[in-house]
Amino acid sequence: MSSMTRTRSEETYAVSGLSHRYPAGDVLALQGIDMVLPKGSVTALIGPSGCGKSTLLNILSGLLRPTDGGVTLFGSPLTGPPDEVAHMFQKATLLPWRTTLENVVLPIEIRDGKKAAKAAYGKARDLLRMVGIGDFEAAYPQALSGGMAQRAAICRMLITEPEVFLLDEPFGALDELTRERMDIELLRIAKDSEATVVLVTHSIPESVFLSDRVYAMSARPGRIEEVIDIDLPAPRTLDTFSDPHFVDRVGQVRRALNRGHGYDGQ
Amino acid sequence: MTVSEVRQRDTQEERMGRRRGVAAVRGAGKMLNRLPTWAAVLLIIVVVLALWQLVVSLGTISELVLPSPLSVGGQLVIVTQQLIGGEYLLGQLWITIQEVLLGFGLAVTVGITVGLIVGQTEFGRKGVMPIFVLLDATPKIAFAPVFIAWFGFGIASKFLMAAFMSIFPIIVGTAAGLAATSEEEIKLFRSMKASGWDIFWKLKVHRALPFVFTGLKIAVVAAVTGAVAAEFIGGGIGFGEQVRVAAARIALDRVFALILYLSVLGLLLYLAVAWLQKKLTFWDQPGRDR
Ligand SMILES: Nc1ncnc2c1ncn2[C@@H]1O[C@H](COP(=O)(O)OP(=O)(O)OP(=O)(O)O)[C@@H](O)[C@H]1O
Ligand SMILES: [Mg+2]
Repeated sequence: MSSMTRTRSEETYAVSGLSHRYPAGDVLALQGIDMVLPKGSVTALIGPSGCGKSTLLNILSGLLRPTDGGVTLFGSPLTGPPDEVAHMFQKATLLPWRTTLENVVLPIEIRDGKKAAKAAYGKARDLLRMVGIGDFEAAYPQALSGGMAQRAAICRMLITEPEVFLLDEPFGALDELTRERMDIELLRIAKDSEATVVLVTHSIPESVFLSDRVYAMSARPGRIEEVIDIDLPAPRTLDTFSDPHFVDRVGQVRRALNRGHGYDGQ
Repeated sequence: MTVSEVRQRDTQEERMGRRRGVAAVRGAGKMLNRLPTWAAVLLIIVVVLALWQLVVSLGTISELVLPSPLSVGGQLVIVTQQLIGGEYLLGQLWITIQEVLLGFGLAVTVGITVGLIVGQTEFGRKGVMPIFVLLDATPKIAFAPVFIAWFGFGIASKFLMAAFMSIFPIIVGTAAGLAATSEEEIKLFRSMKASGWDIFWKLKVHRALPFVFTGLKIAVVAAVTGAVAAEFIGGGIGFGEQVRVAAARIALDRVFALILYLSVLGLLLYLAVAWLQKKLTFWDQPGRDR
């Protein structure tokens, strides 16, 4: 591989010694975070509520400047929201005066103007159909359920074909079965586009199923408790859930989280 | 049967009788509740007019003090004929309409502009907006003589008074509306690398509209009041002057008929604003943000 000309770093993100303190309330949200996210990898962040997962995503997307430590994206320091990164927030945040379709093409409209947005309608329709809400393209967000709104927000994230997906509890409002289907769909898209994915979840099985690596975090201050490599073969399918190796890893993540909670042992 | 038993039975019967009465009232109440809005409004108007006519016809109140609905109706026909005939009265109504539209138009343009400037910064919202709220709370109508003194007896003093009466709710509504955008929405736009221009036009303006319209609906009614009040004070022009002259002649039936026309003017303008609001903020349903 040494013959390859490297214009960009092999790592998507490199985070070192990162801490963040919110001035409001003087909260130390993150402390001493180190992580390296290889290109094309899927990373899951899991941990108790308030341990700084959303804060970390906001820092990775360039929305928030950490009080300490450095973040590089493709080898260069992060200074603001980069073009290659798309962020899906914990709340779907669809604009109520736009139809579902118009919401999905919003990033195109902002980047390239109204004409380009209209030209992207076909692609947006394909995405909506893929996540199972194709019939709702003309509906306004008020008519969508919470889970449908989240799926529309995923389409809005995918429309620009980003190289990095930052997902904050993307499937939190979905039922178990739809969620598993969406998980598989998301993995397929990520692999097809060789995207790097960082995903926050509260579901231990989901974190293991989706990722190459799980960062188990603990709270007050938010720290990384344990890094668990998930060496399950690809492609992952519904059978993966019953693989003994999968069950093993789920147990390992659970123990790490328990330790972070101070429950040591059981 | 002991005394206490008798008393008990009595009260029981009483209670049942009362219950029957209550049930009858409840039944009537339920029927009223089922009426559509137009029928309910019509019912109340008819009842009030009938009582009013009765009071005047019985001579309880003199016609001089309170004209009967029938004589007001008669005057309404006369006023309508004078308007349709394109006589002097139509010209006076047209003057008042011009004053209201010019005043409201001025208030909308200046009010939204000032509101945007004030609402743009935290300083404006914290330091400047309370001053406008305070100004809005003054009895603005008392300034009408001042406007006559400053801008003369012509149309200018009238439409400027209309603008003065209606501008403050527009400023306050616009400025408050600019703060209505949520932190999450700003974050979403920033993550998409949106320019300040895009954040303003594609986000903040939409979020501000419901607040702007709340101000506009108050303002449009206030503009009519302002124009008519200024006409009362001086100049001898407009529909307000016609009201004043009729009142001076103690022709109260004509006064009522003229006021009815002014009310229709205010109502039509209000409905126009409400219609536009429905068109532009159809999406505004509290608690259904996704
Ligand atoms: N804007 C802010 N100002 C002040 N403190 C904040 C702010 N945002 C987050 N915090 C604090 O930082 C800590 C981490 O918050 P964060 O939202 O990152 O947690 P999280 O892991 O995403 O939690 P959850 O699973 O509930 O979404 C919390 O203690 C929170 O109170
Ligand atoms: Mg969060």
